[in-house]
Amino acid sequence: MTDLPTRSIDLKAVLSGSSPTAAKDDHSEGMSYLQSVPRRLVTLYLPLTIIVVVLLFPFYWMALTSVKPDDQLLDLDKFNPFWTWNPTFKHFHKLLFESYYPHWLWNTMYVAICATMLSIIASVLAAYAIVRLRYKGANLVGGLIFLAYLVPPSILFIPLATVVFQYGLFDSPLALILTYPTILIPFSTWLLMGYFKTIPFELEECALIDGASRWQILTKIVLPLAIPGLISAFIFCFTLCWNEFIYALTFLQSTSNKTVPVAIVNEFVDGDIYRWGSLMAGALAGSLPLVILYAFFVEHYVSAMTGAVKE
Amino acid sequence: MADVAIPRAKPQMIEANAWTQLKHNRNWLGFWFMVPAMAFLIFFLAYPLGLGIWLSFTDTRIGRVGQFVGTENYEWLWDDSIFWLSVFNTLLYTTVASAIKFAVGLYLALLLNENMPFKAMLRAMVLIPFIVPTVLSALAFWWIFDSQFSIISWSLKHLGLINQNINFLGDTTWARICVIFANIWRGVPFVAITLLAGLQTVSPSLYEAATLDGATRWQNFRFITYPLLTPIIAVVMTFSVLFTFTDFQLIWAMTRGGPVNATHLMATLSYQRAIIAGQLGEGAAISSAMIPFLLAAIMVSWFGLQRRKWQQGENND
Repeated sequence: MTDLPTRSIDLKAVLSGSSPTAAKDDHSEGMSYLQSVPRRLVTLYLPLTIIVVVLLFPFYWMALTSVKPDDQLLDLDKFNPFWTWNPTFKHFHKLLFESYYPHWLWNTMYVAICATMLSIIASVLAAYAIVRLRYKGANLVGGLIFLAYLVPPSILFIPLATVVFQYGLFDSPLALILTYPTILIPFSTWLLMGYFKTIPFELEECALIDGASRWQILTKIVLPLAIPGLISAFIFCFTLCWNEFIYALTFLQSTSNKTVPVAIVNEFVDGDIYRWGSLMAGALAGSLPLVILYAFFVEHYVSAMTGAVKE
Repeated sequence: MADVAIPRAKPQMIEANAWTQLKHNRNWLGFWFMVPAMAFLIFFLAYPLGLGIWLSFTDTRIGRVGQFVGTENYEWLWDDSIFWLSVFNTLLYTTVASAIKFAVGLYLALLLNENMPFKAMLRAMVLIPFIVPTVLSALAFWWIFDSQFSIISWSLKHLGLINQNINFLGDTTWARICVIFANIWRGVPFVAITLLAGLQTVSPSLYEAATLDGATRWQNFRFITYPLLTPIIAVVMTFSVLFTFTDFQLIWAMTRGGPVNATHLMATLSYQRAIIAGQLGEGAAISSAMIPFLLAAIMVSWFGLQRRKWQQGENND
């Protein structure tokens, strides 16, 4: 099977739906005309609808719960649980004005942005050096960084907790800002290496002849050309930070320092039977920033996801 | 390779002192560029990794420096039925969840690869479970699987299929099914979208040629799609297995290992022993016990990548 032709993956086309394949260029439908409409209904639309409904139902349920009044939440017999006619913003109000929630959102945002910035700077330098400076042992270092990507946080959090404690960083956002890059740098270096490889050598050669230093080449030629890659790396790292749980759970202690995921799990789960409304409101409000970011940068997400796997 | 030749020409004209050496020598320059990334990875990844293995041979507790105790922690774990239960749970969780994620993900990728209206929007929506922080969606599942107010129990009761609420997270078998389901739910979009990217690189002319030769849809899949996708499947599944195996947050948010340790994974057990009970040494031994499994997964990934290089020739950049 080695002689089958393959094409390089056109990442942006994956989500935009404009398939890069030749058959689609003449606006034909490929071979789909071979299938009748009823058949397509059963083999394509029906399973697709089921899967998409299952994938999205938890969000619908989360959103619905967060606006339902308390009595409707727990009385499933008198009211239809799948809809509510009198939505309330009571749970969000409680979240924003009677809890540390704005604090937690700010902490998460702050940690995520700082850790992402640090990682991107370190990764840009590392990726450029591995791909273009080709110093002695560059390939080996590239391989080691890939291995670092495969070391999961769940085997590192115990020793890291002792390290963090030793450095006096316990219960401070700095502990997270310094440890998150270990998850982010391998990933974004690997992603950026892929982008830097696509920038032609000739551009750098011209600049070298004109007397530019390596630093000038990086900042004035390579980086402007790699902006899509930088955006992909940035938003993906940001999402990873927002999602990170085990380090935040281990390294932070005081209520006001926590990040959203940890705080919701620990602080909102009291014995209160009416907690569900505010719990779901908190989960929804914690997800929204990422979903909005995602809506604006869909193709970048996909290119980051597939890019890391592709290399 | 011309960019190698040009910087070399310069030092011949200028007298090369130590400072210009440091500024222009490729190896030194490479070193300076690598410093920030390497500093992070050495101090917060390589060093803790080694420290973790060392801790597993000591009796360290929170707030007390430990003594070297040899393999005592491991011997202790060897006789610990909860540890073996967690190993069993982890393997069960990983195998079942990864297999179903692969099957459903591949199926979803094939469906999404078809021509249909609103294709772009559908693909974007499918990825949402992957974007939302795991803990937050796990909380939604917690509520969906609530013992009293579960919407699933309610629906099934109204359909007349069951008479009383299912105790989803309180019954050992159901709890396992629920956490595995939640893991699959979260992992399918990743598998589907990455495989979809792979599917789009397969030229449709292959299918056209095969169909002209009388191939059925199954044969199209078996002899064209599957062989061309194998390399990317290998990589995606390695990642999927690795992250499922070391999963922590989903379990912690939904069950915290309960009921009666039925959903304790190795990661959650090590957290419980190390941070909550304070036995850092024992916890470190549990998490070090994960390393052999991870190495096995990495080997698979490595050979998957090698195979891909071999399939596509040397120009794999």
